[in-house]
Amino acid sequence: MIRDITIGQYYPAQSRIHSLDPRVKIVCTLLFLVSLFIQNSLLGYVCATVFLGMVIHLSNVPLKYILKGLKPIVILLLFTVVMNLFLTRGGGTLEHFWIFTITEEGLRTSVFMAVRLMYLVAGSSIMTFTTSPNGLTDGMEKLLHPLNKVNVPVHEVAMMMSIALRFIPILLEETDKIMKAQMARGADFESGNIIQRAKAMVPILVPLFVSAFRRANDLALAMEARCYHGGEGRTKMKPLKYHGRDRAAYTLTLLYVVIIFVVGRFVPFKLWIF
Amino acid sequence: MSITLEHVNYVYSPGTAYEKQALKDVSFEIPQGQFVGIIGHTGSGKSTLIQHLNGLVKATSGRILYEGKNIYDNDYDMRKLRSQVGLVFQYPEYQLFEVDVLTDVCFGPKNQGFSPEECEKNAREALELVGFPEKYYKQSPFELSGGQKRRAAIAGVLAMKPKVLILDEPTAGLDPKGRDEILDQIEKLHRETGMTVVLVSHSMEDVARYVDRIIVMNHGEKMLDGTPREVFRHYRELEKVGLAAPQVTYVMHDLKAHGFEVDPDATTIEEAADEIMKAFRGKEGALA
Repeated sequence: MIRDITIGQYYPAQSRIHSLDPRVKIVCTLLFLVSLFIQNSLLGYVCATVFLGMVIHLSNVPLKYILKGLKPIVILLLFTVVMNLFLTRGGGTLEHFWIFTITEEGLRTSVFMAVRLMYLVAGSSIMTFTTSPNGLTDGMEKLLHPLNKVNVPVHEVAMMMSIALRFIPILLEETDKIMKAQMARGADFESGNIIQRAKAMVPILVPLFVSAFRRANDLALAMEARCYHGGEGRTKMKPLKYHGRDRAAYTLTLLYVVIIFVVGRFVPFKLWIF
Repeated sequence: MSITLEHVNYVYSPGTAYEKQALKDVSFEIPQGQFVGIIGHTGSGKSTLIQHLNGLVKATSGRILYEGKNIYDNDYDMRKLRSQVGLVFQYPEYQLFEVDVLTDVCFGPKNQGFSPEECEKNAREALELVGFPEKYYKQSPFELSGGQKRRAAIAGVLAMKPKVLILDEPTAGLDPKGRDEILDQIEKLHRETGMTVVLVSHSMEDVARYVDRIIVMNHGEKMLDGTPREVFRHYRELEKVGLAAPQVTYVMHDLKAHGFEVDPDATTIEEAADEIMKAFRGKEGALA
């Protein structure tokens, strides 16, 4: 049910990717996302596929799990594909019926766009699958630390993020429980038109909000009881430190970016229209 | 008029790192009108088990029959099943959402398609059954005390007039007084309406006083099944899996071990008291 939404969740396992410094994973993920946008050719996507495939393989996260993470964007994906397919003009016409025209450029854009979207989500979910929420925020905090000098409350923002991430599975579980409880009382979430369905959500949303506030309140109290007072002078139990494998990961990713940039931009290779 | 489970297995998140077999080959039958206790340690699969009984969770394999009909048949009316097998979740007060208690309790009957008047009638009856004071009917459910919230939530399920009532740890988080009141109320309900009641708990003490039959779950498997007397005879095994028999059982076994002629199977304090008195009278008689 709702628990099946895997995007943004941590997948506990032992792997080379899991053991990397979170900073490496954040920076490399960003580089990967950027790499998808600096090229737009078949060979470029082949490079991206190879790199992503390698990382997924190394991460020990089952491919099925990553594909499941793509489920929430299916609608967006379909929308993008359909829009691009029918509205992009350019190149020769492939198919024409009634008011719809599919052009070469349209087909090309829509396919590449779909792949790009899927890789964006898969790439970032690899990061969240292999990095615990705490690791992520630690890395983020360290990376953004220089901003402290210009009075950006980096620690506070990182703390808010880690709390938000931590609460995702809790609230999902809570939603699942409340849904079941209301279903046991005969609630129906599946039939009816949009308005009826929206109304059917009230019995879920009200208890969910109440419980979210209750939890937030409890957490605030628990933090205060342990003398939490922000980032000032706070030390880490496990300070982040770069190792050999982290440097290797940086090197490989940079190499990949260079390759995809060169290959994707300057190697003229076309297969049919792609 | 019964619920039958045949070789029910359930696996959580199959094919992932979180895969876990929550139920292993569970079979039993609950006849109409029985008061059953399901006992098990945290994580023994008892909550998962009861969610199968009204079809909220679908078994990975195995069959569940309600009144002789397989609930996994394609044309089976799940909503009707859910209105006949009422399930009260753990901490049910977290499902309250309406502006006042009466409206909230009406939610169930409203979903069953009753008219507003009938809904209110059923709701009032249900609130009365659980001993909810009438002066709070129009109050927001969020302003009530823990015990009252719990009552209101149980009434929310009772208002659907189920034939079977399943309660998952109905006393969790209540003080001893609140706990006894709720359990007494449930017992009264069972006695007066003849409803089948399934009470899930991890406390033997709670359950022993009320139920006709105890099913002990351990690691997703049915470990013991029988009357409280039969089950508590295995008190050493129960200890091994982190459960305990009621204190009375221990006292009686110790007395027996020290040469008193008592029946160690006494499960309630009253029975035990009678047994001990009998044993003493017997001794006095022998001396005189």
